[in-house]
Order: sequence, then C-alpha cells, then structure tokens
Amino acid sequence: MRELITPLGDEIYSLHAGDAIYLSGTIYTARDEAHLRMQEEGIPFDPQGAVIYHCGPVIKDQEIIAAGPTTSARMNPLTGPVLDAGVRGLIGKGGMSAAVVEQLRDRGVYFSFTGGCAVLAATHMQLKGVHYPDLGMAEAIWELTLNKLPLIVGIDSHENSLFAEIDDKSKTTFEQMYPI
Amino acid sequence: MNLTAEESILREITDATCRAIQTAEIYLPGDVKHRLEQAYEREQLSVAREILGHILQNIQLAEEKQAPMCQDTGIPVLYVTMPDGVAFTKNMRAAIMAGVIKATEQVPLRPNLVDPETRHNTNNNVGIDMPPIHILPGEKCTITAFPKGAGSENASRIKMFLPTEKEGIKRFVTETALLAGGRPCPPIVVGVGIGGTFDTCAALAKEALLEPIDSMTLQEEAMCDEINSLGIGPMGLGGATTCLAVKIKTAGCHTASLPVAVNIQCWACRRATEEVEIEGIPCVN
Repeated sequence: MRELITPLGDEIYSLHAGDAIYLSGTIYTARDEAHLRMQEEGIPFDPQGAVIYHCGPVIKDQEIIAAGPTTSARMNPLTGPVLDAGVRGLIGKGGMSAAVVEQLRDRGVYFSFTGGCAVLAATHMQLKGVHYPDLGMAEAIWELTLNKLPLIVGIDSHENSLFAEIDDKSKTTFEQMYPI
Repeated sequence: MNLTAEESILREITDATCRAIQTAEIYLPGDVKHRLEQAYEREQLSVAREILGHILQNIQLAEEKQAPMCQDTGIPVLYVTMPDGVAFTKNMRAAIMAGVIKATEQVPLRPNLVDPETRHNTNNNVGIDMPPIHILPGEKCTITAFPKGAGSENASRIKMFLPTEKEGIKRFVTETALLAGGRPCPPIVVGVGIGGTFDTCAALAKEALLEPIDSMTLQEEAMCDEINSLGIGPMGLGGATTCLAVKIKTAGCHTASLPVAVNIQCWACRRATEEVEIEGIPCVN
C-alpha cells in the first residue's frame, strides 16, 4: 500500500476515491470549537499542505489513549476557510457535504478512518503538542505524529465522493421500496 | 475506620458504577462481537471487509491495552434496579455520580458533558442533572452502564404518528437509517420504541438497545433486512452490513396517539452490569 507523508503536495492529485493508503507525519486535530476559533484568531500552525483530523482524543499524562475520528459532517460549514489557507488533507468519518466536495476540487482530499477504532488509531500516533488547551480535551487542537495510519480516500480532488455514490444508491433503493 | 451499613453500601455503589463503566468502555459484549465477526465473514466488498477488520482488531487492542475502545466514551447512561422494599435514595444517586467521576479519572473517560447553551464543560462528566439515571424494575440491586456516543445519538429520531398510520413505522425506521448514512459509525444497532408517551417512547428505544442482539423477532429481522438492503455498509462506504440488529420495545399509549422513536447505536454497543450486595440495609418504606 502507498505511503503519503505530510505536508501533502501535488501527489494528492493521483489519489482516487476508494484508494487505500498509509499516512505518516504531523497532523492536527480540530473539531467544531477549534474551527470557530481558527476563523476568529487565525490558524495556530502552518497550514500549507497540512492535514486536519476531525478527532477529540482521550489523553492521559501526555499519552494518547484513544483517538478515533468524529463525525466530519459537523464541520461541513467550517471547512472552506482552512482549505483556502492551504490545508490539503482532512481525516474523519462519515463523509462531507457536496459543498466540501466542490471545495476540495483541485486542492485537497478527504480520508476516511474507521469510526470507533480509537485504540487502533492511537497505536499509530505520538503526541507532539497542543494549541487552544483552554477548549478542553475534546475540542483543543492536538498536534500528532502519525506512523502509517491506514486510511481510505473517501473524497478525491476530482469531485469523486465514495460517500455520495453510496448515498445516491441507497436513496434510490429506498425510493424503489417506498415510491412516492 | 468502621463504616455504617449505609456507608459501606454507598461505597459499593460508587465502586460498582465505576466498574460497570470501565467494563463497558473496554470490553464489547460477546453477542455484539459475535455479530461483527459474522459480518466480517459474510462481507464480499474489500473496503467493507477492511473496515470490519479494523473494528475487530480495535476490539482486541482495547482489551489488551485496557483502554476505552472509542475516544467518544459517551455519556454514561445508567440503569439501576433495586430489590423490593429498598428505596433509591438521594445518597445513592450521589454515590453513583461519585462513581462516574471516579471512572472519568480511572478509565479514563473523555470529559463530554457541557452546558447546552454556554458549552462550558464540567470536566468530570457529571453535573447539570446528568448523566441520566433510570430506575427499572428488578429483584436485585444492579447498576448497568450504557455509554452513549454522540455520532449515533445525533442520528436518532422520534415521530408522533397518527393511530391509523402504523403501516408507516417500518418505513420510518429504514428512513432514519438512510438519513443517518455513514455518520453514526455503521454497522449500527437500532433501538425502536413504539408507544408510551413522547418522553417514555424515547426511553423505550434506548432500553431496547440493552437487549442482547443474538436473536431477533420476525418483525425486528424484517426491519434489519430492509436497512441492510440499502447498501450503506460499514462507515457508509458500501457493503452488505449496515445494521447488526433491530430491537423493539413497546408500551401502551393513548388511544389518539402512536409515538415511535428510533435510537441509533454505533457498532460499539457498549453495556455492562454490576451487582451490588445490598443485604443488611434497613428497608425504607
């Protein structure tokens, strides 16, 4: 399986929805509150080629205990500004809206990590630092070093979303079951 | 130091609450694990198989490392049963809350509880009338912890049907799974409450999730099959397994209403029960 290392560059253009990859290097967790803070105060890390992880980990004594992805859809309306600033990768679960698929076009990708697999994720991570610690454990920005985290490309930079494809199919199936 | 009978029972309630939460967070119940293993065997699609493989690997790692299986350690919804003649006292409630605080440090749990409007975090998963403690009928004193994550809770729905609309129940359940898509971490378990009042209907849906999922009624199985036919799959990336089980719980309702609640649960259907020896406490009647 192919390994990508952050910060990400033009190699993302060769990724396609459904590809399985490993990701290594520095990433930053951010959820709802951190995205709002970044809009107000600016991004507290270098956003060029950076990867944001939708995650609120469990940390104890500066160790990552559990760090699976949170539902990315909550960040749908908050993602445009970070992509405008140069962020090129998002990691989360459950996929993102059509608007975000459009915003990722020609500039970034969305990776899916298996929701709930928090201990598995933690075994591929080391804690490097924290920004906005006042937001609390779940909402702070944690700087992590990844070692070959296995991911699936959910949305590529060519407007293909595996989630949207499955959503459309399941919606069609439902409409056939229950015609209006 | 000599403790009175009441003090030692309260201490035991605190410890049992903490143990129940800890067990629920680390060990997935055998029936849930078994359904996931069956799904892994059955799944043909490579992405779906890879995801289910991650889940099984994660379950094992959590046990090995004694770590909570998911970083969303949830809101620990608590169910208490008491033997006949023993009242559930204010002190017992406080003892349970102390158990939640203890578990928050010990497991550890992520502090998830915030004020709904200011979003201020209490930092110990307790306060502002939370977590919920439900008293259920029973013969012994037991404490069941049911940690509920937000991803799946947010995908839950309730509808007040008209009494003549009961044919619409199955559609409502399937539609809830459709609208949820990959967001609640499928494969999901679906708790359905039918009847009661607006509030008890939601409670029934959640109580249904406490039932073992190794068996289903024909009605439950039909709903489960219909959800699986949507093809949402593990994490919404396609596949045969969207739903591990549907469990239904019913109660009587007003002749003019038909409440239906659907409580969605992620694959980590975490629950654990601890018993508390309560003999020796004077009955409070």
